Amino acid sequence: MADLSSAAETRASRRRWLLLAPALFILVFAAAGPLLITLLYSFLTPGDYGGVEWQASWQAWFNVVMERDIFDDTLGWSDAHLSIFWRSVKLSLMTTVLCLFFGFPTAYFIATRPKKQRDLWMLLIIIPFWTNLLIRTFAVVELIRAEGTVNTLLIWLGIIDTPIQMLFTEFSILLGMVYVYLPLMVLPLYASMERLDFSLVEAGYDLYATRLKVLRRVILPLVKPGVIAGSILVFVPSLGAYVTPRVMGGGNQLMIGNLIELQFGQGRNWPLGAALSITLLAIVMVALMAYVRAAGNQEPHRV
Amino acid sequence: MSKAFNVSRQNGFTTIAITCFVLLYLPIILLVVYSFNSGTSVAIWEGFSWRWYQSAWQNDQVQEATVRSLIIALWASAISTTCAVLAALATTRTRKFKGQAAVFAMINQPLMVPEIVTAVALLIFFAMIKVATGYTGLAYLIVAHSAFCIPFAYLPIRARLQGMDLSLEQAAADLYATPFKVFRRITLPQLWPGILAGAMLAFVISLDDVVITEFVKSAGQDTLPTYMLGQLRRVVTPEVNAISTVLFGISVTFVIAFTVLGKIKN
Repeated sequence: MADLSSAAETRASRRRWLLLAPALFILVFAAAGPLLITLLYSFLTPGDYGGVEWQASWQAWFNVVMERDIFDDTLGWSDAHLSIFWRSVKLSLMTTVLCLFFGFPTAYFIATRPKKQRDLWMLLIIIPFWTNLLIRTFAVVELIRAEGTVNTLLIWLGIIDTPIQMLFTEFSILLGMVYVYLPLMVLPLYASMERLDFSLVEAGYDLYATRLKVLRRVILPLVKPGVIAGSILVFVPSLGAYVTPRVMGGGNQLMIGNLIELQFGQGRNWPLGAALSITLLAIVMVALMAYVRAAGNQEPHRV
Repeated sequence: MSKAFNVSRQNGFTTIAITCFVLLYLPIILLVVYSFNSGTSVAIWEGFSWRWYQSAWQNDQVQEATVRSLIIALWASAISTTCAVLAALATTRTRKFKGQAAVFAMINQPLMVPEIVTAVALLIFFAMIKVATGYTGLAYLIVAHSAFCIPFAYLPIRARLQGMDLSLEQAAADLYATPFKVFRRITLPQLWPGILAGAMLAFVISLDDVVITEFVKSAGQDTLPTYMLGQLRRVVTPEVNAISTVLFGISVTFVIAFTVLGKIKN
């Protein structure tokens, strides 16, 4: 009997891996495998016209944050790179905070609608989420560019004489990122608020808590997993954003994603581009692991 | 007291929420409205016309890019959905198996790795293959799209499988049906809403992709989104609005169809 069941087990296991084979093959070939090659490339020497020379070097990793002065050959921090890193982190954090500021009340508003209406309100959040990111970015560009809707309206009203330069600034990148990533904040927030037990909120009021106190001491702790999930979902793509800063920043205000692209275009430094990519990947992985730990710690306290 | 005390109310939340919905839709609505403008401005309304739709329709580059986008999206959706169905059959309704965590990590990997990193990695890897084989066709884009579409196709199919009743399949197996026959006659008919939903999700994700396509494409292989990205550098005419409106219409149609499919009960 034991032999029979173990033989069946082996057969089931073999069938499972056969069924998984096509998916795993494509994912290794066109997603995970190339990442390993990228890691390898970051330790090679750049070729003269792009590509690499097969010669080991630490130079690319060194160049991520440091540079050698072209005149006196002294070592120093790479100000250009550091300012781009700083801008990426700063804008991503601001995007996350603003998305939370707008997304939290929105998710709360939807979760407190009558049950039949909720799906319809959520559809209004899901439609932009599914719409091409480029189209949504472009829609904001039309609004704020020099001859765009906002400036034309303000001039027509006589408030300003010359258009305000809003496009190609850090402000426009921030605006664009908040606009395109807002649905990513609302979705997990709504999921956790929908299950919110309002009898606990009521109990808070019975004990003479103010609205603000109920929000801070009852609602916020209960929906904390949604807040964390939403923040991660917004922060991670913001940090790796490429399209929005390219369209909104117009080449003046680079973020990490644009700096990486530059190394494969005009920069012709593939190893540096590879090293920057791995750095970005590492930061994102750390953020995701922090999230998994935070979500894991949440569980035991659940009622 | 004129109004009953409402426990779920929070001061200012409704105002912010309504502002949010208005701001979310205002740019899109303006984009759609001005695609019908007869003038070249996106701020001054000069009358209704189909002019920009006609000029986009007659633009050779737009035509080619549209056809290319559709070919890639159809292939990527077919390949990723097939892989996802097989993978979902292997990973649901089974006890914990060795390597399960690794398999899930692998399937969800495209959702976790930033798109720009995958794009660069594929640029490097495919450049090596291009040099070695000399082939520069559409297959690179199709394979790349298939890979990042797999998790999107996998999720609805897996959700559907998990919600399915096992008793019918067991009954068929008791009546000496072969595993393949059980799949074709019992599992597949119940699974199709999930498969269709997964295939649609994959199709839209592939159709909308910008970053990975931009890095993987060879010269002259623009898709609709990368063509639009290139146009944004030049003087923008409402022609881009017209293309955007059509793509937006496709997305809305698919979201609604996807929502309806999710509501079909076993």
